[in-house]
Amino acid sequence: MSGELVIDVQNLNKSFGDKHVVKDFSLQVRRGEIYGFLGPNGSGKTTSIRMLCGLLKPDSGLGTCLGHDLIRETAAIKREVGYMTQRFSLWEDLSIRQNLDFIARMYGMKDRAEAVSAAIRQLGLEARQDQVAGALSGGWKQRLALAACLLHRPQLLLLDEPTAGVDPVARRDFWQEIHALAAHGVSVLVSTHYMDEAERCHRLAYIAYGKLLATGTPDEVLHLFPLVTWEVSGPSEKLTALSAQLQARPGVVHVTAFGHTLHVTGEDAAALEQAIAPYRNEPGLKWKHAESILEDVFIHLMAKAPDNFS
Amino acid sequence: MSERFSWSRWVGIIIKEFIQLSRDRLTFGMIIGIPVIQLLLFGYAINADPKQLPTAVLAADSSEYSRTLVAALQTSGYFRIDRYAASEAEVDTLLSRGDVQFAITIPENFGRKLVRGERPVLLIEADATDPSATGNAIAALGQLASVALARDLRGPLGDLVPSASPVDVRVHRRYNPEGVTAYNIVPGLIGVILTLTMVLMTGLAMTRERERGTFENLLSTPALPVEVMTGKIVPYILIGLIQVTLIFIAALLLFEVPMQGSALLLYGVMLLFIAANLTLGITFSSLARNQLQAMQMTFFFFLPSILLSGFMFPFRGMPEWAQWVGSALPLTHFLVLVRGIMLKGNGLAELWPQMWPIAVFMLAVIAIGLRFYKRTLD
Repeated sequence: MSGELVIDVQNLNKSFGDKHVVKDFSLQVRRGEIYGFLGPNGSGKTTSIRMLCGLLKPDSGLGTCLGHDLIRETAAIKREVGYMTQRFSLWEDLSIRQNLDFIARMYGMKDRAEAVSAAIRQLGLEARQDQVAGALSGGWKQRLALAACLLHRPQLLLLDEPTAGVDPVARRDFWQEIHALAAHGVSVLVSTHYMDEAERCHRLAYIAYGKLLATGTPDEVLHLFPLVTWEVSGPSEKLTALSAQLQARPGVVHVTAFGHTLHVTGEDAAALEQAIAPYRNEPGLKWKHAESILEDVFIHLMAKAPDNFS
Repeated sequence: MSERFSWSRWVGIIIKEFIQLSRDRLTFGMIIGIPVIQLLLFGYAINADPKQLPTAVLAADSSEYSRTLVAALQTSGYFRIDRYAASEAEVDTLLSRGDVQFAITIPENFGRKLVRGERPVLLIEADATDPSATGNAIAALGQLASVALARDLRGPLGDLVPSASPVDVRVHRRYNPEGVTAYNIVPGLIGVILTLTMVLMTGLAMTRERERGTFENLLSTPALPVEVMTGKIVPYILIGLIQVTLIFIAALLLFEVPMQGSALLLYGVMLLFIAANLTLGITFSSLARNQLQAMQMTFFFFLPSILLSGFMFPFRGMPEWAQWVGSALPLTHFLVLVRGIMLKGNGLAELWPQMWPIAVFMLAVIAIGLRFYKRTLD
């Protein structure tokens, strides 16, 4: 994909006290792209996003967001970016309509009343528009928050774990809307913990311990690290014991349990085969080659990260 | 960049604050309830001129002169004689236990010594642990004896009556001739109640947003600090005006405080005072990290405001350095202003010297507030 860069930042750093939360963070996002932002809890995702929308001032580094300087032109960035916070941050004691109306006023929208009515219609909340936002369920709060940050028709969406705690149907609807927006040229940077969501992104970035570890399309990230994976299935009590034994073997990077199967992942095919050799012919166990999936890559990255960057 | 003040954003913030305030029934009730309750409570309760203080008498003399003296003490209104002690030891016990505020000892042969012109001693012991409780009563004692006995010392005893003072001292208690405490307290309460509710309410306004996480949303919009700060103040100005109107009406109707000056001027002064307190509250709000800290800051400000402003204790009785501290507080000036308008009928010319310090305070505080308002989450 090519096109103009809506986010282009280099070497952003941010510390809180003596905690270096984000280290040399660089990121390029193109127009119309859905950019997935992955990483474990506390890896600096939220801090990075807040720096991108002008809520935090980077200690060092430079860059632009929608063509505006990240340090000096935060006011312009705020006007054009839609930011959805990780925690629901609309006013729980205002009604749905009052919340949207307030946001529309803050962005100085000319067609405020129509825009708010249209948003409520689109949400399908006409009947409940006068209820207080605090009375909504988690899924509805998330939809309302998205509607609020789309209200001023931003060119760039920064979504901080928008689907955390939302049911699968609402998540699927949410992603359909994100793709529709991207088709209209809106760029989206979305942080998530879900692997299925990562696969729905055009590009991914993986961050751990404040450090960007990998970027690329889902396919590229998958092949960035040549991992070999074996899948073994059998009775669960056997698998539990096996999992602990395999974890300790050289050549095994990690073992992941999936219901009635285990994924045994290693970096080197020969070493891995040697590691599992003693268990290959055990009765009751069925071994087969498996495709490595994104999750294997991320678990691998997460496991490696602290050694390299602590 | 067009980082200009936007009226439409400003109005939006005001509307939002009003809606939130109207949803918060308890707070709204307190806004109306606090001034009314405090005014009734303190207006009726506080009395700087306590009378009918319990008094014990130890009379070792039963002449007509001692009876006259005891009767005179009672009619002064300050002393209520409800004990007759039999010994000095009993007097000591009564005083140390706090059963009586005063003990009057009339020694043996009081009447006889008086007639002989020997100037007998009349001992009055006061429990002066609280000077303000005994002060006025003791002051009233000074002339009591000579006036009371004047009638009894007639004929041959006439030359015992003290001669007139060479100077005719005349006292005019102006503006409050009867010394009614409520005239002083009730206007002062306007200031105290406003200080507490205005600073506290706005002090919580911004920290509440921060604690609920909505501050992040507010910050991510283009709203400017000055819009947010002043927009949050406006609803409370209205609330402050409702409060002062309630107190003002009660002051006139219930406490019959005279209103000598212009009501318009009074409202102008109150508006200035309200604005000063609100800017302080909103500045506390941007300095504090949570609601508890904002509350602590409020009380840190509130206590000196009550104690050093002249509301509780006479301002001129404080040492000079304390008067300097007091002069920095808006309440100090406000008290002079309100009492000046209501009791003295002062006009703008007399009031101005007390008005500009409040304005200076307000400007200084808002400058600090804007300086520390965080545009980011850092």
